[in-house]
Amino acid sequence: MAANWLAPAGYARQYREEANAAPSHAHWLGTDEDGRDRFARVLYGTRISLLLAPAAALLSTLMAALVGGVSGYLGGAWARVAMAVTDLFLSLPWLFLLITVRALMPLNVSPLFSVMVTFLMLGLLGWTSAARVLCASAGSLRDSDFIRQARASGIRGARLFWMHVMPNLKPVLYAQFWISVPVFILSEANLGILGLGVAEPMPSWGSLLRELEGLISVGEEPWKFVPLILLVLVVSSFEMLLSSEKRMAA
Amino acid sequence: MKRKLARRIAMHGLALVATVLLGGLLAAVLVRLAPGFDVDEQQLDSHLNAESIAALRAVRMQQNDVFSFYIHSLQRALHGDLGTSLSLGQPVSALLRQRAPLTLRLIGVGLLLSWSMALALALSAAWMRASAYDALTATISGMFLCFPAAVLALLSVLWNIPGSIVIALIVFPQIYRYARNLLAKAYVLPHIVTARAKGLSQLRIMTWHVVPVVAPALLAVAGVSVSMAVGAAIPVEALCGLAGVGQLAWQAALARDLPLLMNVTILVTAATLLANSGADVLSHALRGSHT
Repeated sequence: MAANWLAPAGYARQYREEANAAPSHAHWLGTDEDGRDRFARVLYGTRISLLLAPAAALLSTLMAALVGGVSGYLGGAWARVAMAVTDLFLSLPWLFLLITVRALMPLNVSPLFSVMVTFLMLGLLGWTSAARVLCASAGSLRDSDFIRQARASGIRGARLFWMHVMPNLKPVLYAQFWISVPVFILSEANLGILGLGVAEPMPSWGSLLRELEGLISVGEEPWKFVPLILLVLVVSSFEMLLSSEKRMAA
Repeated sequence: MKRKLARRIAMHGLALVATVLLGGLLAAVLVRLAPGFDVDEQQLDSHLNAESIAALRAVRMQQNDVFSFYIHSLQRALHGDLGTSLSLGQPVSALLRQRAPLTLRLIGVGLLLSWSMALALALSAAWMRASAYDALTATISGMFLCFPAAVLALLSVLWNIPGSIVIALIVFPQIYRYARNLLAKAYVLPHIVTARAKGLSQLRIMTWHVVPVVAPALLAVAGVSVSMAVGAAIPVEALCGLAGVGQLAWQAALARDLPLLMNVTILVTAATLLANSGADVLSHALRGSHT
């Protein structure tokens, strides 16, 4: 969050005479092949990945609530059709779907547009597994005693859904949100390494990890592994958080 | 029972055909609406005269109507003609024929290894019932879950690890996690607790009581694991320089070769749906035979 303050020169400034430099007092993690300060790029890239992955997760959770929650609440043909579509999306290999949709959009775009496209795409395509869980939860709520009682009291339709079903879906929505964040961080990293993620010169964990492609040995330039270490630490923290939540729920 | 199974197979068959047809329509719409469809690089060739450019434009205009474009593509596909790749200039069907064997081998061996690793770890953890060993296996599999598939592929290039092993390392943590949960739930079932209380050997409990309970659910995961392995094939083939279907899809995406990419995606979708349907039918048949 403090990237602007810690690296005021920014992520795109080039030190042409110091390209591919090893870590020094001036450049803590050295410079890349274009002479850009790697430490600054890691800071800004971390900020982009850590801000936009939760934003994409929020979008996907909202879409899942809309598709899964509403169809589960309505039940019958609505739920069957929604789940058939969801199953179809779920059976598609995730990375195949992502690169296909990404390729449909222009690749030669401004860095800011590429950031938006990448994370919007993750949010708009990643709702399916959460929708399945929410459909099942909303379906079980629909037949619960308190909903029947509310129906008998004359509360129906959207009001019943917003006032009685939705508040009870909140724990499931929170869980699905936290599950989606590490998935989107990893997906962005995969897309970035494959050259289909955030466009240069904007850094993200995915685009920073592309530097590993030219390595000959792990010990050669260990500082290039810093983005990977950060990514693994963040994703494993999410995984540990989720498993401890699961243990507490059990 | 047989009638139910036949109905299930028929439903899956219908779903598969509907998916391919609808997916094809969606693909045609997306290809048609994608930015740059109307522009043909050849139209900028200074060697062409006005008549030739007009002829090229006329050919493009014929593809303007999405439905006629789709019907035309479908008719050609039924005759085995999947069109021509814009970037590679070769028939898509020939490209797929060249590259499919490598991908099938890679995914096949990868799946075999991942299932062997996942089951070996999950069964040994369930067998030993030692919390330290359980935590160790969970940490090992959890560690691989935290790495992007593309990074594992890049590291495999550094250490000369075969692509099939990388696919196995990407897929096995997911299978392990599911298998471990299933086994943990199975071991607290009343009849298995009774069998343990009666002093039956671990091997007998595992083979006679635990495996029949978890097998149908594991079979259902087998279908999903095919999807995971196919997805993992893209970074592995692209970054390890293996000329398979995954690399073809990646190259098509980078070159915005939409006809090629759409055909590959539809075929991959059909293949994964077939695997999922097969696993679902087998799983139900197995459940039916136990009840």
